[in-house]
Amino acid sequence: MCNDIQSPGLYIHIPFCVRKCPYCDFYSSEDTQQIDSFLDALDHEARLYQEQFKRFGSLYIGGGTPSLLSARACTRLLEIIKSHFTFTESVEVTLEANPDDISPQKASLYRDLGINRISLGIQSFDDEVLKFLQRRHTADQAGRAVSIIREAGFDNLALDLMYAVPGQSESSWRDSLQQALRCTPEHLSCYQLTIKKQTPFHTLKTSGTLKPLPDDAQEELFLQTSDFLRKNGYIHYEISNFAKNKACYARHNANYWLHVPYLGLGPSAHSFDGTARWWNNASVSKYIDLISHGTAPVQKRENLSADQRRLEKLLLGMRTRRGIELDTLSAYPQGKTVLPGLVEKGLLEIFENRIQPTTRGFLVADSLPLLFL
Amino acid sequence: MERIRNFSIIAHIDHGKSTLADRLIQQVGLIDERQFHDQLLDTMDIEQERGITIKSQTCSLPFSNDQGEQFELNLIDTPGHVDFSYEVSRALASCEGVLLLVDAAQGVEAQTLANLYAAMEHDLEIIPVINKIDLPAADVERVKEEIEIELGLDSDQALQCSAKEGIGIREVFEAITKRLPPPAGEAANPLSALIFDANYDSFRGTVVSCRVFEGSVKTGDTIRFLSNGATYKVEEVGVFRLKLERRSRLSAGEVGYIIAGIKTVSDTRVGDTITLDSNPCDEALPGFKEAKSMVFSSIYPIASDDYPGLVEAMEKYELNDAAFHYQKDSSAALGQGFRCGFLGLLHLEIVQERLEREFNQSIIMTAPSVEYRFVLKNGDKVTVDNPLYYPEPTEIETALEPYVRTTIIIPERYMGAVMKLCTERRGINSRFNYPTPGRIEIHFDMPLAEIVYDFYDRLKTVTQGYGSFDYEYLDHRESDLVKVDILVNHEPVDALSLIVHRDNARPRGLHICERLKDEIPRQMFKIIIQGAIGGSIIARSTINPFRKDVTAKCYGGDITRKRKLLEKQKKGKERMKMVGAVQIPQKAFVSILKTESE
Repeated sequence: MCNDIQSPGLYIHIPFCVRKCPYCDFYSSEDTQQIDSFLDALDHEARLYQEQFKRFGSLYIGGGTPSLLSARACTRLLEIIKSHFTFTESVEVTLEANPDDISPQKASLYRDLGINRISLGIQSFDDEVLKFLQRRHTADQAGRAVSIIREAGFDNLALDLMYAVPGQSESSWRDSLQQALRCTPEHLSCYQLTIKKQTPFHTLKTSGTLKPLPDDAQEELFLQTSDFLRKNGYIHYEISNFAKNKACYARHNANYWLHVPYLGLGPSAHSFDGTARWWNNASVSKYIDLISHGTAPVQKRENLSADQRRLEKLLLGMRTRRGIELDTLSAYPQGKTVLPGLVEKGLLEIFENRIQPTTRGFLVADSLPLLFL
Repeated sequence: MERIRNFSIIAHIDHGKSTLADRLIQQVGLIDERQFHDQLLDTMDIEQERGITIKSQTCSLPFSNDQGEQFELNLIDTPGHVDFSYEVSRALASCEGVLLLVDAAQGVEAQTLANLYAAMEHDLEIIPVINKIDLPAADVERVKEEIEIELGLDSDQALQCSAKEGIGIREVFEAITKRLPPPAGEAANPLSALIFDANYDSFRGTVVSCRVFEGSVKTGDTIRFLSNGATYKVEEVGVFRLKLERRSRLSAGEVGYIIAGIKTVSDTRVGDTITLDSNPCDEALPGFKEAKSMVFSSIYPIASDDYPGLVEAMEKYELNDAAFHYQKDSSAALGQGFRCGFLGLLHLEIVQERLEREFNQSIIMTAPSVEYRFVLKNGDKVTVDNPLYYPEPTEIETALEPYVRTTIIIPERYMGAVMKLCTERRGINSRFNYPTPGRIEIHFDMPLAEIVYDFYDRLKTVTQGYGSFDYEYLDHRESDLVKVDILVNHEPVDALSLIVHRDNARPRGLHICERLKDEIPRQMFKIIIQGAIGGSIIARSTINPFRKDVTAKCYGGDITRKRKLLEKQKKGKERMKMVGAVQIPQKAFVSILKTESE
């Protein structure tokens, strides 16, 4: 998808939030007192892998809320990382930030630390929607954060937006998109609100208080969003992701879809070395505790058979515009049977020896791989 | 031989036959109270779940009477449903007498009579036993009257017991030893033994259950099956306790098993006579009726890869069920399979369940059919039990369908409802009897196809379970038949076709379309289901496509979960049948067998 596609990615999970958002099922803790001991543990964990993984093409600091780290903690985090690993020259270094955490001081600190891409969790430019999502910031704060980031010299800004939120009107969503475009972000992630199990929203849904948008409304919004952003010059290169041009693809995330190895450090982080995947214990306390006793905090490990790896490539491929190689069908003969019908229905296209999902195809990307089996 | 008694217990369904059998086994001390669990003889899961006996199970009970004389009482359990009259006849042919069990509250029922006649045909000594006398609703005097009037038996000879409570069991034992005759036969004569059951054991081959009438057989003998002349060297003989118990020999009058390394399942024919190769008997034993298939359906593996496994399972299953017949069949929609003949609908369901549970087969069964006859315009006569072979409609001169005579016995208050049901199901030519005050016996001439469809279930519903029901084949009669095809996205699914009376075509077609609509999951495209006679559509339903099925995020931590879900869905898909691009789950094929009332 981009340069350095074969260099593995490094993910650091910062498992702290001031307050959990009611739709989020990522692991995070509100006990920020643990940050120092967490960084100690992270230092130890990184050492475990410094021989196995050396040169990374991308670094992604996600969470949780990495931007809540103090200047001191953030500086130490980057020192730890740099003391164990090396990076390619054109490395993409992303930090996820909340708009209300962004100050000019912090922004220039990020620059100084080598961070070259900010992923800003704006979610919406509609205060009603932000309130419903229980975000800490307002639309004004979001706008200010963008200006600060630009003024600090960041030329790679990604905005996260959320739609298909119950109660949000179509025009509110369109307005949010337009305001986002005014920030001329290099990258946009537009996520349909997914109500996941074990979240407060799920409880509300079960009790009937929260009604998710019907499928046909979600479908319509998805198509409108894609249409609107493409008309404005963005490439819809993954189900929820849009880039201003090919150079602006989220390189770190794209590696997941390309099945490139990645190392994840921190509680609940997942790693993949090309044949095996393993993931860490989700609890910060457990994570710190295990490492202090000299134990790897790995919760589970699975070795992937060739079949399983092929299956993952297939399912990941169907989520990106890049699609899968036509040759893949030699492993999935059933695919040959269904392909013409899916092309005819406008869900898939064949282009330069690749099978590529269309925008409509993206809508059913979870079902497409099954048809090939 | 004076101390041997061979007997069966016969009863209407639910009159407590299995409970009595278990109680007898418990009383002779084969098991202690702790091991005792209800309906011990019904070893199959299905039997215990449904509370009915399907396979005959035999057990030798060592009994000593008050005088200290040792007896060997061979209890041959019999199935208790109208579909299994053939298995009953095999068991009865191996007995000298029967206990005729009558429920003290319900009295004589349709099957009590049918069973009595079967026992009389085999010239057996009959001991009437009134069971469940502990029930508050028990009316022993009325039941005695029914035994006199309806059965024509001496009610003073009737025993009274409660198998559940263990009351009167001693008297049952005494009656078996005193009133049933010992077997006749001479151990010195040439061997003649009757096969009344056979089970397949994957380690030892076929375990043949038999009754020795003349002569004796022991380990090392070479036996011969009279029907095909096949010979085998006997590896082991013995009797049935709760498990197989080895003996040195089986002699005239005894009931037991023979294991002789019979690996070819088709070599064993229930009803066959076994003799010794070196000293054969002159003629085969009489008394066995061939079972006649009344209902036909096809069985297909869900995944065509499973066909070889199904072949093996069918071969083994056939050994255990003498009433089951099958031959190869194939369908454009479902691939290779088997066309099977069954005694009735319950028999069909049991075969399906046993193939799935005991033989781990995932199968699809097609809608049951009866045997139709057609006279073609060119004068040819054809018999069709499979809609695949329905003749060209333009070539049919006359179509005939089988009619049966039904016997329904109900409390009088249900007469209106039952009459209505029978007339709706094209019943004609009704006649009535009043066997006892308050009860009515209704006969109808009715197409068998109506009964096969859902008649018995409907009857149970309208009579709140009080109706008893039996039928016998009458003849084939002229009828206005049509073949209904089911199309999924305009592709006919041959395995869903059915032959019906013209009046039933539309409702049945609609029913199937609706059922399929409920059972076929929404897919990425619209699915149209149609019922058609020839080129004209008579029923239709539509399944709208889903248009969104995607989760917004998929990053490093989501991949394993997504792959696992896909692997699980793939397994589920293997249990589906593809018709064109449409995935049809197995349960869709099963659901069309279920009727409107369910």
